[in-house]
Amino acid sequence: MTVISTGQGEGSKTVHPPRSWQWTSPIMVLLSFAALIVVWHIGATLWPSRSFPAPLLVLQRFMSETLSGDLPYHLAITLWRVAASFFLAMIIGSVIGVLLGSYRRADQFFNPWLILFLNIPALVVIVLAYIWFGLNEAAAIGAVALNKIPNVVVTMREGTRALDPRYTEMAQVYRFRSLDRIRHILLPQLQPYIAAASRSGVSLIWKIVLVVELLGRSNGIGFQINLFFQLFDVAAILAYTLAFVAVMLFIELVVVQPLEHTSTRWRRRTA
Amino acid sequence: MNTHQHVGAAERLKVDIQGKSFRTSNGEAIDVLRDLHFEVEQNEFACILGPSGCGKTTTLRILLGLEGDYQGVVQLPGSSEPRIGAVFQEPTLLPWRSVEQNVRLALPKHLKNTRLDNLFRVLGLSKMQMFYPGELSLGLARRVAIARALAIEPDILLLDEPFVSLDEATAQQLRNLLLAVWSEQPTTALMVTHNLQEALMLSDRIIVFSDRPAHVVGTFDIRVPRHSRNAQVRADLLRSFNEKFAGRGFGS
Repeated sequence: MTVISTGQGEGSKTVHPPRSWQWTSPIMVLLSFAALIVVWHIGATLWPSRSFPAPLLVLQRFMSETLSGDLPYHLAITLWRVAASFFLAMIIGSVIGVLLGSYRRADQFFNPWLILFLNIPALVVIVLAYIWFGLNEAAAIGAVALNKIPNVVVTMREGTRALDPRYTEMAQVYRFRSLDRIRHILLPQLQPYIAAASRSGVSLIWKIVLVVELLGRSNGIGFQINLFFQLFDVAAILAYTLAFVAVMLFIELVVVQPLEHTSTRWRRRTA
Repeated sequence: MNTHQHVGAAERLKVDIQGKSFRTSNGEAIDVLRDLHFEVEQNEFACILGPSGCGKTTTLRILLGLEGDYQGVVQLPGSSEPRIGAVFQEPTLLPWRSVEQNVRLALPKHLKNTRLDNLFRVLGLSKMQMFYPGELSLGLARRVAIARALAIEPDILLLDEPFVSLDEATAQQLRNLLLAVWSEQPTTALMVTHNLQEALMLSDRIIVFSDRPAHVVGTFDIRVPRHSRNAQVRADLLRSFNEKFAGRGFGS
């Protein structure tokens, strides 16, 4: 532990820099959210309207939807779609990205395709997927993944170009098996790029999943939000949205951050 | 055309390179090696000595199988797939794996569960097996690289200036450590250096390279056993080396 003592005059002051930072951070987050809710509540009290419900009303709606089982069901469906398209996009995008990053000819040839796919609007991909493959689960997940793949390809291609050839040569001289090369040479070097692609990926994907559900599925949060839109039920829309955001925040804090912490522990140097 | 020839179980290292050239960015071809022929006997420690930029590292890279496009034949000792213990100019340890994992990852299948305690002890690395390379000094990282090269029980040991950019005391300590582990399991070794003193201390034979395009100017055999090469003997060796290669600028 770092303890800095400044023995001046009447008494010595003890400072613990890492600890104080760790303690204030969650408190700041809570305070910040509390302030937002207070502002929201004041706003809703000053301008009462059906289209701008107070936080308490949203909470009530959230409780009733949860107790009836609707919200957990649709939330689970949407989460599954997010997870499926996320892993599909990450795996396919990484493989293509690593290949394009390793072979300059292939990169030169496929780069125009990549630019094309990067610029096709998400809505077009979704509509075409539904027309060509029917209103089914595979078309929905595939369309979401296809929207994300070009982004993953670009990030992973950059990562592959930045690979250190010395490690590759070392692995060649010591005859690493292919699986060991991927696990111990390739993936650790690509880790920051995978993290960047995942971070931007999850937030993009869950937004596109809602559009996919709105256009062609009969369940999921996107479908529910469309339903409440027809009913003009803003409280329910906010309840579903906040529930999903809360789940994503939970995943970020409980899964993503500890995982990142573990995979980068070698970076903390003492020498 | 080039071939990494492996006829049966060869015992010595044989290098017969007619030529090797690099193409510069503006399309010009530069001859790096021309008519380079030498051999290293089994369990002999040889040093390649030559002016900087003459093609020593290129020769080593050809032996490591990292340079393909050359004319000639190279024959490594050992079986059809000789195990090469390589110590690169930089330690080239994986920063995201611990010291022990770095050594273990290089081990061939049949040695995967071998005990490394003795090797780590001789090299003074016993307390550092769980460290990450980023936590080591350059000298310690070099020791790990040497440990990795010797742990695989190599058919040949190839070292590319493993003691460069260390202070003289650390370098000398590391040379002694290398000799200690090498003597425990002698193997054919070839080390690139531009330090004549180092070559005189470590090797059985010094192979002297010319300027680019490199060929062998001559070899200098040292028959005095390593442990009796004291300061006086080394001074004598230095004098006779300088007589043999007068005017080639190895007076240091």
